Amino acid sequence: MTNRIDQEDVAHIAQLARLSLSDEELIEYQSTLSRILEVIEVMNSEDLSSYPPMDHPLETVNLLRDDVVHQGLDREVVLAMAPSSEDEYFRVPRILGAP
Amino acid sequence: MNDEILDWGIAELARRLESREVTTVEVIDAYQEQIAIQEPEVDAFLSLDLEAARRRAIDQDDRRSRGETLGGLAGVPIALKDNLCTTAFPTTAASKILEGWTPPYNATVVDRILAQDGIVVGKTNLDEFAMGSSTENSAYKVTKNPYDLERVPGGSSGGSAAAVASRMALVGLGSDTGGSIRQPASLTGVVGFKPTYGRVSRYGLLAFASSLDQIGPLTASVEDAALVAEAIMGHDPRDATSLQEAAPSLVRPLTEGVRGIRVGIVTNLVDTATPQVQASVLRAAEVLTQSGASVAEISLDELAFGLAAYYVVAPAEASSNLARYDGVRYGLREAGSTVEEMMIATRTKGFGPEVKRRIMLGTYALSAGYYDAFYVTAQRVRTLVRTAFSRAYEAFDLLLCPTSPTTAFRIGERSSDPVEMYRSDVCTIPSNLSGDPAISIPAGVDADGLPIGVQLLGPALSERLLFRAAYAVERGLR
Amino acid sequence: MKTRATTGPAEGWEYVIGLEVHTELKTATKLFCGCPNAFGEEPNTSVCPVCLGLPGSLPVMNVQAVDFAIRVGLALDATIQRSQFHRKNYFYPDMPKDYQISQYDVPINAGGHLELPSGRVIGIERAHLEEDTGKLIHRGGHGRIESAEYSLIDYNRSGVPLLEIVSAPDIRDPEEAKEYVTELRSILVAVGASDGRMEEGSLRVDANVSVRPIGEAGFRTRVEIKNLNSLRSLVRALEFEGLRQVHLYDDGEAMIQQTRFWDEARSVTGALRLKEEANDYRYFPEPDLPPVAPDPDLIEDRRAELPELPSTRRGYLARVLPDLSDDLRETVIADACWPYFRAAIDANITPARAAARCANELTALLADIGVLTPARFVEVLALEDRGELGASQVKILLREACVDSTAVPELIAKLGLSARDVGAIKSMVAEVVAPFADEWERYLDGDEKIAGFLVGQVMRKYGRQISGADARQALVELGDEARKSAD
Ligand SMILES: [Mg+2]
Ligand SMILES: [Zn+2]
Repeated sequence: MTNRIDQEDVAHIAQLARLSLSDEELIEYQSTLSRILEVIEVMNSEDLSSYPPMDHPLETVNLLRDDVVHQGLDREVVLAMAPSSEDEYFRVPRILGAP
Repeated sequence: MNDEILDWGIAELARRLESREVTTVEVIDAYQEQIAIQEPEVDAFLSLDLEAARRRAIDQDDRRSRGETLGGLAGVPIALKDNLCTTAFPTTAASKILEGWTPPYNATVVDRILAQDGIVVGKTNLDEFAMGSSTENSAYKVTKNPYDLERVPGGSSGGSAAAVASRMALVGLGSDTGGSIRQPASLTGVVGFKPTYGRVSRYGLLAFASSLDQIGPLTASVEDAALVAEAIMGHDPRDATSLQEAAPSLVRPLTEGVRGIRVGIVTNLVDTATPQVQASVLRAAEVLTQSGASVAEISLDELAFGLAAYYVVAPAEASSNLARYDGVRYGLREAGSTVEEMMIATRTKGFGPEVKRRIMLGTYALSAGYYDAFYVTAQRVRTLVRTAFSRAYEAFDLLLCPTSPTTAFRIGERSSDPVEMYRSDVCTIPSNLSGDPAISIPAGVDADGLPIGVQLLGPALSERLLFRAAYAVERGLR
Repeated sequence: MKTRATTGPAEGWEYVIGLEVHTELKTATKLFCGCPNAFGEEPNTSVCPVCLGLPGSLPVMNVQAVDFAIRVGLALDATIQRSQFHRKNYFYPDMPKDYQISQYDVPINAGGHLELPSGRVIGIERAHLEEDTGKLIHRGGHGRIESAEYSLIDYNRSGVPLLEIVSAPDIRDPEEAKEYVTELRSILVAVGASDGRMEEGSLRVDANVSVRPIGEAGFRTRVEIKNLNSLRSLVRALEFEGLRQVHLYDDGEAMIQQTRFWDEARSVTGALRLKEEANDYRYFPEPDLPPVAPDPDLIEDRRAELPELPSTRRGYLARVLPDLSDDLRETVIADACWPYFRAAIDANITPARAAARCANELTALLADIGVLTPARFVEVLALEDRGELGASQVKILLREACVDSTAVPELIAKLGLSARDVGAIKSMVAEVVAPFADEWERYLDGDEKIAGFLVGQVMRKYGRQISGADARQALVELGDEARKSAD
């Protein structure tokens, strides 16, 4: 597997990650990500098919909580953190498009 | 008197406070003086509140004089890595994106420290969002290694490590995702412990890579590390990945020795290190042998793949964990005419280059078409690493290796090459991938007088034995 | 599987519809935190670090949500399995973590089916747990997202537990889609998982719809219509969209896979402007949540406790009353009626009578049914079955038995409803009619209009005791007798 990452890929990933990159950054990230990916490629030199993927170090299941109400946060506290709010709401610039 | 106070460990400090040889206020004053001298040089802290610490000290002295029994960390000055939520201090993760944000809640570990009457003096510097091995990636300052101010203290818990090493705090708390407690401990000559995954609640720790992160102590001695670990471990209902097991007793068994314990030296990890570091590992092995342990060599070549797997898993989880910093609910907001423009502007301005690099890498590794090749493969490597450890633990009770292949490097020396920087963590990463506990113990200095650390690894939940062995190594090397 | 006459979007065409129903689960708290799961609270008051996605907060799964998911799964005959949460990553301001914790390749409920009243069986692909988002309010531009100047966010709904139930593309017309949602809703209510209030958003439907010429086997390109929040919009949106697609094919235009929304005001579906990367959700296993693996014993307990489902009641009705009309059947199997009907059948009341009294009288009385227990209901119906009370008397008695807890025999006496034979009714009619000699003569002469007047007079006096029909019957008989004796 050789995934040479090109600048178009980098731009696409940046959009996915909600980052904007300058032209210099685009070049820098392209070369650095490519180098890191080369290091990562060593994994693929090994036949790992007999090793099942490990999602998580814990093997426990069912860590559940009782359906009991707990005290939350006061609205004043919550909205005081907000960069922008209006009345009892968080406020954001207009939204273009659905998720 | 002050210098003497700074030399006391937690137990000794408790004895002296108990016997009224010293007051809590005198202790805090001694540390305050030390901070005043050291901090301008070392730059370990992002925020400090010695006024509040002093008020707490006065209160503790009052309670003591009324005959009250105080908690196990009474009077202990503690420095918290600034990725742990605190209501009394801003919590920034050394990022511009959270500048000035004060959480409305404490991390569980912070509540536990406070419940034991620990005195938080301040929050320490780190690589932004704990992404780094040198503490150079902070948006605010570069922390220096107290042994050589031209050098890094390691990272990402470099601020806590430097604070303890320069005796500005008796205890530091850090977080360890790929070695971020142990590597700076090693580079600054202190003890650093990463518990078994799930031992310590992650509630209130600003997540870097959720399946790898663990909080742990940085201290001057193994005994102090054991004391703090006891205080912060144990189940927390607010963290679904916290283990049900009660915190083990670690301090009492410290002196039980290591007679009959089988220790394996991981030769291929030793091979990654400089000759002086290698020599320290062998000295530690020698100490264990003399203490009655049987020591032999083992090569775990599979661990070499750990680095690659780590640089997929950690950025992948991070890319998702850091999505929430979008300018909507808290932290920085940069203007934009649409919500999307606002989010992009905020994140672009708020995150530093290393954080962006890892978000990009993680986003790429999870994106359509690459998930299986990267993420799933990395998960298979986690199984491979765990299998290698299981094999090792059939023959050995504990493993011994370097913590870091080198001693502290110069500021700026590796920051231009991320891949070189990533290699600093080759010996520490496998324990995060497997979720096993590990501890770094100071093991002398190199020719430049820079500290060297050796690392003991154990299987999951083996903390008692791990600390007994660490204690033996510490005593033998002293 | 039963076949059913379906209505295509146009001559020679049929619909292929699959539905994704999101139901809010009726837990006390949210899916991953202890905030109240309540509707209509003051904005941003049911919030905490977890459901606001504050740094350092962690989700912990609500046991009750799992329980509800299991119950729904069992009711849909799904396989309850060990399940894993995943993160669905995309940026949107109503979603505090900028990822949604949902289930992906291993949902808690896999497979299953749902039988419609028509007898048609709709496949269920999966029913999985996930968290809801906050609510957006658009300011300016008439409150529409596309033209708004800015938006406001209320996170009270953020983290409310949802069960997303995904059907197979087995639904064949808009009316059937409505039937499916109605049936699913009654199941969700029956197992206690949902309050079923569509108008409060506790049931929200996305529809995947395509069309194809009748007889064609494969599926054509589908369109997803988002957020259909009433049965009426569901049907109208599907009708519109089906026709739109047929017209596109007729015009030889290409059908593109897209997401559309239903514009209620203009009665059209419109294309939704989507984020370009919308389909790259970068799912990966949620590292903060261990898998949920329901205990087999718990599953068996829940299976045993499962309430009787509408389809079971229909099956029972099909045996005892095979000829019942669809409308009557659906009324009778409703939760409010069913216990009365079952009690009547168990007491050997004539099934048709039990069904009629449930569907007509009982349904009208439901609002203030008060002290009318199923046992009292049966007691009254038994009197009618044995011929001791007439239909109109039974109706009066049922009405009174709702508000007056007096034992039925005394209640009958109190109301003066003692059983009367035809003779008694006739003498009542004769008594009332006697002073109206002129009217009586005109009636005997064949003036049918005057009969209504005479019956009205009888009802004014004896209306509590006899029915209009009985009075008319008695009047007819008295008239016949009078004409006969005159001959
Ligand atoms: Mg969904
Ligand atoms: Zn909440």
